[in-house]
Amino acid sequence: MSAPVLSVRDLRTHFFTRAGVVKAVDGVSFDLAPGEIMGLVGESGSGKTVTGFSLLGLVDEPGRIVEGSIKLNGTELTTLSDVELRARRGRDISMIFQDPIATLNPMLTIGQQMKLAIDAHERLGKRAADARATELLTQVGIPSAAARLRAYPHEFSGGMRQRVAIAIALLHRPAVIVADEPTTALDVSIQAQILYQMRDLAAETGTALIWISHDLAVVSSLASKLAVMYAGRIVEQGPTATLLRDPRHPYTAGLLASLPAMAPPGAPLAQIPGTTPSLLSLPPGCPFAPRCDRATAECAAEPEITFRGDRGWRCFHPVGQAEEVTA
Amino acid sequence: MSAFLSIDNVSRLFGPNLTTGEKIAAKLGAKVETRSVRAVSDVSLTVARGETLGLVGESGCGKSTLGRLIAGILPPTAGTVMIDGAPVMENGAKVTTRVQTVFQDPFASLDPRMKVGDTVSEGPIAHGLTNKVKTKAYVAEWFERVGLDPVWVDRYPHQFSGGQRQRIAIARALAMQPDVLICDEPVASLDVSIQAQIINLFLELTRDLGLTTIFISHDLSVVQHVSDRVAVMYLGRIVELGPVAEVFGKPAHPYTDALFGSVPKLVLDADELVHFDTIEGEVPSPLSPPSGCYYHPRCPLATQACSDQQPLMQPVTERREVACHHFEEQIAKGLDKAV
Repeated sequence: MSAPVLSVRDLRTHFFTRAGVVKAVDGVSFDLAPGEIMGLVGESGSGKTVTGFSLLGLVDEPGRIVEGSIKLNGTELTTLSDVELRARRGRDISMIFQDPIATLNPMLTIGQQMKLAIDAHERLGKRAADARATELLTQVGIPSAAARLRAYPHEFSGGMRQRVAIAIALLHRPAVIVADEPTTALDVSIQAQILYQMRDLAAETGTALIWISHDLAVVSSLASKLAVMYAGRIVEQGPTATLLRDPRHPYTAGLLASLPAMAPPGAPLAQIPGTTPSLLSLPPGCPFAPRCDRATAECAAEPEITFRGDRGWRCFHPVGQAEEVTA
Repeated sequence: MSAFLSIDNVSRLFGPNLTTGEKIAAKLGAKVETRSVRAVSDVSLTVARGETLGLVGESGCGKSTLGRLIAGILPPTAGTVMIDGAPVMENGAKVTTRVQTVFQDPFASLDPRMKVGDTVSEGPIAHGLTNKVKTKAYVAEWFERVGLDPVWVDRYPHQFSGGQRQRIAIARALAMQPDVLICDEPVASLDVSIQAQIINLFLELTRDLGLTTIFISHDLSVVQHVSDRVAVMYLGRIVELGPVAEVFGKPAHPYTDALFGSVPKLVLDADELVHFDTIEGEVPSPLSPPSGCYYHPRCPLATQACSDQQPLMQPVTERREVACHHFEEQIAKGLDKAV
């Protein structure tokens, strides 16, 4: 395997609010190889979006990265100044957001917005910039792209707007793109088109992708590896298929078992009891323990992440352990 | 199958609300948008007592509008909705409490300034299902039924999580003792681990109370799990209707087939490169739908007949109907794929 393009170690991003310290990201580590697609899954408030924002240095006050390292192509990002970060953002690492209506400027044409994004990192004449924009819009599947440069965002459908956002993210052929639920707001038929294209684009351009989603089915059809987040931590990570077939963390196992597809029609679904804890008042030790049927007294201490080959999990009593011991 | 809930040739148009000035301008030949959107177009359905009918389709297909027409929230432009032989609406006003709705977003559907106990009891008191003396016990009973602690009746919606709020919304609908429940994307805004809790609650309550349910969702796996029959909508029309297992197993309409093919499935095989059966193009604007079959510009089976003539619903089997000129071809294609 080639050297990782992105290497994150023990990342911790905390928000210092009046109500207390919110540890939104509290111990996230992973490597990403060129062209690789990693799925980052978790429920709302699990810290997946803040992880994405931290990678791009987009965490605003009262939040900041308090610990950890983010290495992009060998360069440490956490110690860079704002100016240095700005020179990299959009060129080496870029982001696609969930809601394309909120990320595109309604007052500028698509061509103007793409020109601005190009100008941020490169000196390119109008004609060359238009050519580059047209090329990328075509690549993401926008018909008659050259003519569409003069259109405003409101003239595009939701799916087409998200394609424009993807084209902008790809303008400088970044090494890494963080995609934050980019298909959640779209219909399934449009989602399928975009997933299909993203997979091809990643393979074609060698851009590595971090695909943030709450939908296990979406990431399973796209990502080669997965990281499952709960209460700011990655509780389980590994290659997609083996992780989903044989989950080790009780939370991952519970999530999978609760999917309607896993039960015969009309039968009650397996459910995880309780609700996700507030990040302001996390239980001591393993944050999943209060909802976990495997929890013991040992879980009052925080489990470290255990690595076994390419799999990792943060649990004292992983699912499937008994079988492993006897085997 | 006896029809408990019957929907006969129901249509709903949404036209622009023109000001007097705009009307004059339009008369004088100015460019004013006067076209209407036919959100629901000539839909007929019957649902048996105790049955759950799933309503699926992409955004803008009219599934929520149809739900609102059945619930008596919106008056239909044409057609009637009857529950047990009695109309839901008369002269544009709802005349029954036998149908209630649970909405998608429990953050928007509960009054933030009203105690949740009052939210649940307001309707039953107004309609004489309970009185001021018995209210407390009545609300407590419904709170317990949906899995909430009755001591929470004096709290406000913001003190609850999304899943708990959806339970309150369900309690509010059921406290009216309806026969028909319309669920408009009730789990779409909830986290995966909470979704299962609400689906289980829903299954338990509909069974115990014998409710007739319309379950609207874009999540096909949820619909497949909870419904007895399913109706697939495209641009305001129902294109396919039948028992869940048959429609999901062997789609008779090319759109149903393509829609199901687009849904990402959980992939457990490392070497399997997932194939997405993507539908070409996008849903056309409902302001100017295509001629004939609305799906023909995107359909791989389309012929001249499809652009000339609108296909009507016709029986496939005893309990199944489809609106497609080429449904036999589609079913044969499905069988080929299975082999």
